[in-house]
Amino acid sequence: MQLPIPQTVRADEPTHKIEKMKNVVRRIKFESELDLEFGERIADKAYGQRLLSCIQCGTCSATCPLAHYMDYTPRKIIAMTREGFKEEVLNSLTIWLCASCYSCTVQCPRQIHITDVMYTLKREAILMGFYPRRLPIPVLAREFYKRVLKDGRNTESWLLISLYLRTNPFKMLRESVLGFKLFVRGRLTIGKERVKGRDQLHSILKHEKGGNTI
Amino acid sequence: MKYLYFPGCSLRSTGRAYEESLLAVLKALEIPIEELDDWNCCGATSYASIDETDAFALAARNLALAELQSPDETVNLIAPCSACFLVLMKTERYLEDYPDVSKKINTTLDKVGLHYHGRVDVRHPLDVFVNDYGLENIAKRVKHPLKGLKVASYYGCQVVRPFKTFDHSHYPVTMDRLVQALGGEPVDWPLKTRCCGGSLTGTIQEAGLRLNRLLLKEAEKRGADIMLTCCPLCQHNLECYQQRINRIYEEEIDLPIAFFTQLMGVALGLSEKELGMQRLFKKPSLSHITHPKGAVVNAW
Amino acid sequence: MHGNGDNGSIRIGFYICHCGHNIGSVVDVHAVAEYVKTLHGVVLSQEYKYMCSDPGQELIQKDIQEQSLNRIIVASCSPLLHEHTFRSAVEKGGLNPYFFQMVNIRENVSWVHTDMQAATQKAKDLSRAAVQRVFHHKALETKHVKIHPDVLIVGGGIAGIHAALTLANAGKKVYLVEKDPTIGGHMAMFDKTFPTLDCAACILTPKMSQVKNHPNITLWTYSEVVKVEGYVGSYTIGVRRKPRYVNEALCVGCMDCIDKCIYKEGKTPDEFNAGLNKRKPIYIPFPQATPQLVVIDPKTCIEFKSGHCKKTCVDACDRKAIDFKQKEEIKEISVGTIILATGYQIFDAKRIPFYGYGKYPNVYTSLEVERLVNASGPTGGELILRDGQHPKTVGIIHCVGSRDKNTNRWCSRTCCMYSLKLAHLLKEHTDAEVYNFYIDIRAAGKSYEEFYDKLLDENVHFVRGRVAEVTDWAVRPSEEGKLIIRAEDTLIGVVRRVPVDMVVLAVGMEPQADAQDIRRLFNISCSTEGFFLERHPKLAPVDTFTDGIFIAGACQGPKDIPDSVAQAGAAAAQALTLIDTGEIELEPNTVFVVQEECSGCRTCLTMCPYNAISRDEVKQKAIINEALCKGCGTCVAACPSGALKQNLFEDEMIFSEIDGLLTMEQEACC
Repeated sequence: MQLPIPQTVRADEPTHKIEKMKNVVRRIKFESELDLEFGERIADKAYGQRLLSCIQCGTCSATCPLAHYMDYTPRKIIAMTREGFKEEVLNSLTIWLCASCYSCTVQCPRQIHITDVMYTLKREAILMGFYPRRLPIPVLAREFYKRVLKDGRNTESWLLISLYLRTNPFKMLRESVLGFKLFVRGRLTIGKERVKGRDQLHSILKHEKGGNTI
Repeated sequence: MKYLYFPGCSLRSTGRAYEESLLAVLKALEIPIEELDDWNCCGATSYASIDETDAFALAARNLALAELQSPDETVNLIAPCSACFLVLMKTERYLEDYPDVSKKINTTLDKVGLHYHGRVDVRHPLDVFVNDYGLENIAKRVKHPLKGLKVASYYGCQVVRPFKTFDHSHYPVTMDRLVQALGGEPVDWPLKTRCCGGSLTGTIQEAGLRLNRLLLKEAEKRGADIMLTCCPLCQHNLECYQQRINRIYEEEIDLPIAFFTQLMGVALGLSEKELGMQRLFKKPSLSHITHPKGAVVNAW
Repeated sequence: MHGNGDNGSIRIGFYICHCGHNIGSVVDVHAVAEYVKTLHGVVLSQEYKYMCSDPGQELIQKDIQEQSLNRIIVASCSPLLHEHTFRSAVEKGGLNPYFFQMVNIRENVSWVHTDMQAATQKAKDLSRAAVQRVFHHKALETKHVKIHPDVLIVGGGIAGIHAALTLANAGKKVYLVEKDPTIGGHMAMFDKTFPTLDCAACILTPKMSQVKNHPNITLWTYSEVVKVEGYVGSYTIGVRRKPRYVNEALCVGCMDCIDKCIYKEGKTPDEFNAGLNKRKPIYIPFPQATPQLVVIDPKTCIEFKSGHCKKTCVDACDRKAIDFKQKEEIKEISVGTIILATGYQIFDAKRIPFYGYGKYPNVYTSLEVERLVNASGPTGGELILRDGQHPKTVGIIHCVGSRDKNTNRWCSRTCCMYSLKLAHLLKEHTDAEVYNFYIDIRAAGKSYEEFYDKLLDENVHFVRGRVAEVTDWAVRPSEEGKLIIRAEDTLIGVVRRVPVDMVVLAVGMEPQADAQDIRRLFNISCSTEGFFLERHPKLAPVDTFTDGIFIAGACQGPKDIPDSVAQAGAAAAQALTLIDTGEIELEPNTVFVVQEECSGCRTCLTMCPYNAISRDEVKQKAIINEALCKGCGTCVAACPSGALKQNLFEDEMIFSEIDGLLTMEQEACC
């Protein structure tokens, strides 16, 4: 069983050639590499969640159904956020794997809204341009966003097509059987769902891609 | 008092059977309902991942429209899809709890002549049926009791968390009680609210498929004949990938997944077409319930 | 006792203290002294380095006599420090001590300001205010209240027992009232105690016997306090003695009646065994119960429910001790001091459905496991689970209902240590694999850390991660039929699923279910969590804000046995202080009623936080109990007719002080 290797920032690369072993990796974090205000910024944007109250008990990770797949468990994300490990947190898979099932929020003994923090980190990652470009989850979010901005409603068939086109076109072929089965049962429509008051909607929404918050 | 109805994008697509069966059941029980005029997408998890103000504004437009459409003091807005239910409820709650949020969103809405005054109460159909209409009333209307059909109720996550509205966040009983009132036998199983992965079955299959595999296996192990859901995405995940799961993990899962309104409709004596049963990948075998004398009818 | 001077004049002596550099470096002490000299009524105005010193006090005494002073003001530190010192000095000088006023120019001036000029001006203003006030001071008598030497102790756990023995050995008469049929409390239920692994019953029962046999202790078990009247030194207590339906003088605890009861087996959950087995309606809580008397439970005994029982118990008793006609008795006693040692209850594990208590048969609370491993418990000390199996793996979950905003916010202090102890006992009784799931290991007492070392050596698995859930959902075949604990091993950094046969929940400690009723009965305060409130968390942990009532043990907050015993001794010592002085002084800043002004409107009655006001129904006037009055002034402010006045804080005094503060620097008029 392979444990996740935390990402590091390579500091002080040698200036002259040196014999390197493949699996020997240097891991250290200097205070100067941290963004010490990161934790406070995220906490403020997430309605003042008290990240400082976290006692690192691990209940959130224990109850999270996706914790097995995350490179950093939710508990580690909270610890890293408040200590200022900005790059590791915003580059992590964790924030995208969060399915917002809210189990952690309900069970946290300090009543921290961890899911809200995850959403804030997602927005921050998009704002800072950190998200991995081919990872389907943020791509799905952005396609969804654009579609609703345009039509006011989301037509699943077209959403999926644009998702596959941007991430992995071959997948569309693999999913075609499923798509067909849904289509014949009337569960995949071709016609787009549209809202009448689209202009109204455009005026309300800001058209910005950033993580602007209240 | 009329309920307003917010379908949500999924109910017009992969969750069509949910809308059909829900409207059919509401009609059969004579619960007055009206679709929210010109509703827009609630934004689900995607909008909240991109921009928070937009996410709230998007959802708040629906709330403001609901207030305009209904003359009631408290507007009851039914949102069957769990994601819509949560997003609308979260918007309603946060606008109430955080005055600066409310101010910002209402300023945005004012630009187009809308305003949200806090009159909307977002409801889930389970809550409406069991708590408003009442289990005894439903039981009275049952034409085809479910005859001990073993039903695993799957609630998913967003209808019970994080807001504790009509049921417990991890050990809910509403759907089970409904099943009992319909004559079925609820299966006691530990994964009633364990996340199905949401959109992960489409994006990160390894994670999404495995989550669904766990749910399906455990339900079958506990003897369920059928699993009921109350969210279109959950239903899609649990139903549409069974063959793939069987292939990849060498399993033999074969469990019909239906919307709870569909089973309700069966018990109330509604027809297959009305309930959208033909849209399911695997139709549950219910002929012993609908035609108890044993006369086999091909429709089922 | 001088009132005014020979010709009715006021002669004020003013002393201002340098307090070394504390005051002198910020306030121009000399200037203030010179200024005050100019004020009306001031005969003597003097600065001094350290007024609280012996020479300083002697100075006051000398000046009172030689200068015929009849008012004294000292401008120095806070009254909380030296008001008593100076009042004694004034009294020694032959003047009533309440003609004294203190001005705080240290905590209120020199310690909080840096601008010398402003500070000096403020000191002058405060002094002037005091000078104007002190004109109106009156001579007051310090009242004394006699202390009745008897003591009431409520609660017969280890804390109550220890306090009772301490006081009884000091020669005082003690009433020990316990609501259960036996004393011993929770400690009697434990198997072994940490860190010495002494058998709890072995160290407790000798003390219980001592209580039973001590000539100075009146032991009333199966009894409750129902009435508390009076005040420090003279409390009248009503105790309800519930009927056992067994004659206490005749019963010897041979238990023949229990054998012969028409119930062949017990049907009621046995409270002493934490509900793990059943008892009959006639029972004795445990073999070493003190007093060793049988008790009949009227809620389950057939004779009470139907009236038609064969009453085989009566025949079985050759001493004819059973008496179904017994009635409850109300005893009234007088005591001077009270110690509350009512203990705690454990957290109800059903409140956390994630851990499956009550749902899965093999999930136990720590108290249930204490009985399970105990040799006189329901299974004779053998570890047999509810479904009959012998566990091969056990998971102990720490912090159940503690450190959690969703249930109880506080840390229950004892659970880490008792979880370690249970891990050890489980290892001893079986050779199961034991896992402790914790957030922090709190082992702060004497030899506690060494006990933790011992557990590490016993190869108990310590997993640092708070458990999210206990479930019977098996993912792998090796998990079938077991309870799976899911926690993140935060030290290694991975989520783990640990299948176990038995789960032990280390439940926290909470205030007793009737703690609020008790504290209202005795008129003491409680904290937000519901534990009884101590007067000061650091310096007065066993006193309460109600004079004469002390608290000890877990009712004040979660704690282990050594701390409970220590507090019990402390409470006994505090009680002894009162009893052996024989009387206490009451600060005379109490309220009095101007009878002609009082209209009997009752407004003040409900205002008093100390229940010190009552109403004379005949005269229809308010009556102040000076022993209970703490001089808070609430009733004085509330009285619509101004009939209530407070000694040392009468209107003229306060208004003249305010006036003095606000007057511009000029000759003060009186």
